[in-house]
Amino acid sequence: MKETVGTRGLILNEPFLWERGGKGRTGYSLPRRDVAAAALPENLTGDGPDFPDLSEVEVVRHYTRLSTWNYGVDSGMYPLGSCTMKYNPKTNERQAALTGFSGAHPLVPSELCQGALQLIYELEHYLAHVAGLDAVSVQPSAGAQGELAGMLIFAAYHRDRGKPRSKILIPDTAHGTNPASAALCGFKAVPVETGPDGVLLPASVEALMDDDTAGIMVTNPNTLGLFETHIQAIADIIHAKDGLVYADGANMNAVMGVVDFGRAGVDVLHINLHKTFSTPHGGGGPGSGPVCVCKRLEPFLPAPRVVKTEAGYALSEDFPKSIGKLHAFYGNFGIMVRAYSYMLSMGPKLKDVSQHAVLNANYIKEKLKDVYHLPFDRPCMHECVFTDKFLEARGVTTLDVAKRLIDYGFHPPTIYFPLVVHGAIMIEPTESESLENIDQFIATMRRIAQEAEEDPTLLKEAPQNPKVRRMDETTAARKPCLRG
Amino acid sequence: MKELSEVNLPEDIRYTKDHEWARKKGETFQIGITDFAQDQLGDIVFVELPEPGDRFESGEEFGTVESVKAVSELFMPMGGEVAAINEALEDAPELVNTAPHTEGWMLELKASDSSEYDQLMDRAAYLDMLKGLEE
Repeated sequence: MKETVGTRGLILNEPFLWERGGKGRTGYSLPRRDVAAAALPENLTGDGPDFPDLSEVEVVRHYTRLSTWNYGVDSGMYPLGSCTMKYNPKTNERQAALTGFSGAHPLVPSELCQGALQLIYELEHYLAHVAGLDAVSVQPSAGAQGELAGMLIFAAYHRDRGKPRSKILIPDTAHGTNPASAALCGFKAVPVETGPDGVLLPASVEALMDDDTAGIMVTNPNTLGLFETHIQAIADIIHAKDGLVYADGANMNAVMGVVDFGRAGVDVLHINLHKTFSTPHGGGGPGSGPVCVCKRLEPFLPAPRVVKTEAGYALSEDFPKSIGKLHAFYGNFGIMVRAYSYMLSMGPKLKDVSQHAVLNANYIKEKLKDVYHLPFDRPCMHECVFTDKFLEARGVTTLDVAKRLIDYGFHPPTIYFPLVVHGAIMIEPTESESLENIDQFIATMRRIAQEAEEDPTLLKEAPQNPKVRRMDETTAARKPCLRG
Repeated sequence: MKELSEVNLPEDIRYTKDHEWARKKGETFQIGITDFAQDQLGDIVFVELPEPGDRFESGEEFGTVESVKAVSELFMPMGGEVAAINEALEDAPELVNTAPHTEGWMLELKASDSSEYDQLMDRAAYLDMLKGLEE
């Protein structure tokens, strides 16, 4: 194994801002007053908030030091399964920062922001093409809101037919937010169990589908990183009872340009632009979760929509069946610019992205399956799921493996998810990593498995290298300290 | 993680397939989660319970239990009305780990049909089920 990148490094301590500074220090100087001083009205006087007095250099050092405590995909491999922590090319940041886009006020009249409207219009068409569906709204501001939009469309569709329905089928390998989105629209979630191979079986769906079920929410590829191979047969069963098929497309990074969701029988799909289309994410937003639909559901899409007229692009509210507005103005525009720029810069190579993401995950799966237990030994998509079963005898758990990876300079994978796999270790390398990096990750995982055999305390006491050692997560959760 | 032989399975309670237990206590039934369940979940940090007076059917979700690993749903072993909840769990959720069948009880139920209790698994049947899960 090559030398590891994990070291102690030069990490500086940094106190809270309130523990820094001194009375009277400031980071600014105001110009000399050129009007007479006037007393403030009484209701505006009194004690201000408790802000510390700080100089400019203290503030800059504070945040610079904190930033060195951070780990991001710009620092190293970030194989956090289900999250698609891929590298976001900097050119897309540059386009998003162009002042014509970043400075456009949302209330600017349509004729003065034709470029921005054209970008939205074209992006929606590009996304429809990638999804294999007919119409798109980029208004939803995150994956879960895209799901909510999808469920509102389900409800609006059945209402419009005069036959509202009360239930929705959700497999146990769907994303955890799916049942919540459905419940917000008044649907009762009916769980569907996965088959023995980790994919959904048509018979399980058939047994539960009835005239009071609005449809199904399938995550495809599912949270085990497996492609739902029976998706067409399942869609046929749902459609035969006038239900609709929703696909959670949060795992789109595995199937861009490869899977035609329309032909697979999907009626509604959401895509996470912030995951798949080049927006840094994981920090709590902003995000963008466009909702894509088939032709017959287009009237229900959120409004306003960008339309193309002879006079140019315009925003139209003229969609009487629309589920309405989901976001102020037209969603998180900066993320749309990044996605548009990403798609144009990738061109036909967008398909290579998915192929490399899938190849990398399968490579890791094959290279580790003799030392880590693989619950579903079949070709995976963009991520692979192992368990800690082989380590149990040594008293070592998934958590210990994850913590030990930090010592070697890797961000840990997702652990204990999906819930249907006991002790899950979920690895998503994405397309961003070179073969050398992936080989280094594999060698590290193998060394950790060997350490578990020979000296489990190395794992139990990990991480040793970072500034902060293993946290007491239990006490932190039971007795949280939330002061600033 | 405990071996099956180490899991504490009292004789005086009945079990569900979702790893809840029920104990007959005079007119009411005490409900909680099993030692096997708490061991699988790991350190429990929060228990979300219903209000006294809430009504549930057998098998219906009545709350959630959050561990450092995950959040899991709690399902009613029997139908009825919640007579009381274990308020100690708000400040000391760890009672579910340390004493799942005693101080870590979750709620007391006025059963709508106490014959449902007899349909729950006894110790032997539950242990058989756990053995099946291990394979």
